[in-house]
Amino acid sequence: MSIWEGALAIVGLALITLLTRGFFLFPERELPIPGWLQQGLRYAPLAALAAVVVPEIVTTQGQLIDTWRDARLPATALALAYFAWRRSILGTIVVGTAALLLFRLGLGW
Amino acid sequence: MAPAEDPAPPIWRHPEFARGARDMVDTSLGIAAWGLLTGVAMAESGLPLALGVLMSLTVYAGSAQLAALPLLASGAPLWVIWATALCVNLRFVVFSAGWRRYFAPLPRTQRVRMAYFAADLNFALFLRRFPEPPPVAESVPYFWGGVALNWVSWQLPSLAGLLLAGHVPVSWGLGFAGTLALLALSLTMLQGRATQVSAAVAGAAAVAAYALPMKLNILVAIAAAVAIGLLMERLPAGRVAQERR
Repeated sequence: MSIWEGALAIVGLALITLLTRGFFLFPERELPIPGWLQQGLRYAPLAALAAVVVPEIVTTQGQLIDTWRDARLPATALALAYFAWRRSILGTIVVGTAALLLFRLGLGW
Repeated sequence: MAPAEDPAPPIWRHPEFARGARDMVDTSLGIAAWGLLTGVAMAESGLPLALGVLMSLTVYAGSAQLAALPLLASGAPLWVIWATALCVNLRFVVFSAGWRRYFAPLPRTQRVRMAYFAADLNFALFLRRFPEPPPVAESVPYFWGGVALNWVSWQLPSLAGLLLAGHVPVSWGLGFAGTLALLALSLTMLQGRATQVSAAVAGAAAVAAYALPMKLNILVAIAAAVAIGLLMERLPAGRVAQERR
C-alpha cells in the first residue's frame, strides 16, 4: 500500500469516527426517537463497558479460559477487593496491574 | 455575575469544566496505557510514522484503529477497512442518540466539533454526572473539560508509543491496565437493580457472541442490556423489588 493510499484509508477512518459519533447528533430537524428507547439508552454506556471488559478478563483467543491458573483472575479478584475497600479507580488500576505482573512474571501464570 | 454585555468568560474558567476534567483523572491512567499500546501497535504494524501520527490525531478511536491496522498492513481493499471500522464504531451511533438529548439545541458546527471528541468514557461519565439534561450552560463546559483531558491522556501516550515501539516492556500489562480502568469505572456506575442486571447480561452476551466478527458482540451486548433494563423497569416484580430496597 502506497503512502497516499494509506493516507486515504486513514482520512476515511477519521470520517467514520466523526459520522458514527455524531450520527443522531447532526440532523437539524426533529428526530422521532421513541420515549422507551430514550429511556433504554441509559443502559447503553455501562453495557458497552461491560462488553469490552468481561471478554478481556475471561477469554483467550475467543475461548473461555479453562484454567484458574491465569494471572488475570487473581489480578481481577484483587482489583475488585481493592475497589470494594477503597472505591478508588486509580488504586484499582495500580493494584490489579501490579498483581498481574506479579502472577505472570513471578509464577508464570 | 457579569452583566450581559460583557464578553462571556472562556469556557475553561467555568467550574463545570474543571469538574469534567477531574471526573476523568482517575480513569485517564488506563486511557494512557491503552493509548500507548495503540501507538506501539501502529508502529509495529509497519505504518509509516507520518501516517501513524495522522491516524492517531484524526481517527482518535482506539478499537477501530486496532481493528483496521492488520487490514491496512495486509493491503486489504479500502471498503473492507472502512466497513470494519464502521462496525466496530456502531456503538457510537447508539451513544449519539443519547448526546442528542443534551446538545441538540447547539449550533451544528459546534455539534460536529463535539462529535469528534465524544469517546466512550466521556459518554459514560457524562451520563453519570447528568442523568437528566441540565441547562447547556452547565453541560457544555462539563463536556469540554472531560473530553480535553481524555484527548490529551490518549494522544500523548499514543504518539509516544509510535516513537517508542520496541522499547515498551510487558506491553500486555498495558492492555490489562486499560481493562481495569474500564472495570473500575463500570463498578462506580452499578447503581440500582435494573442497571446491575443489565450490566451482567451485557458481559455474558459479549462473551457468548464473541465469535461475531468486527466486535459486533459489543452491539449485541448493548441491545441485550437495553432490553433487559427496560423489561426490569416494567415487570411488576422488578418494581416491587426496587421499592423494597
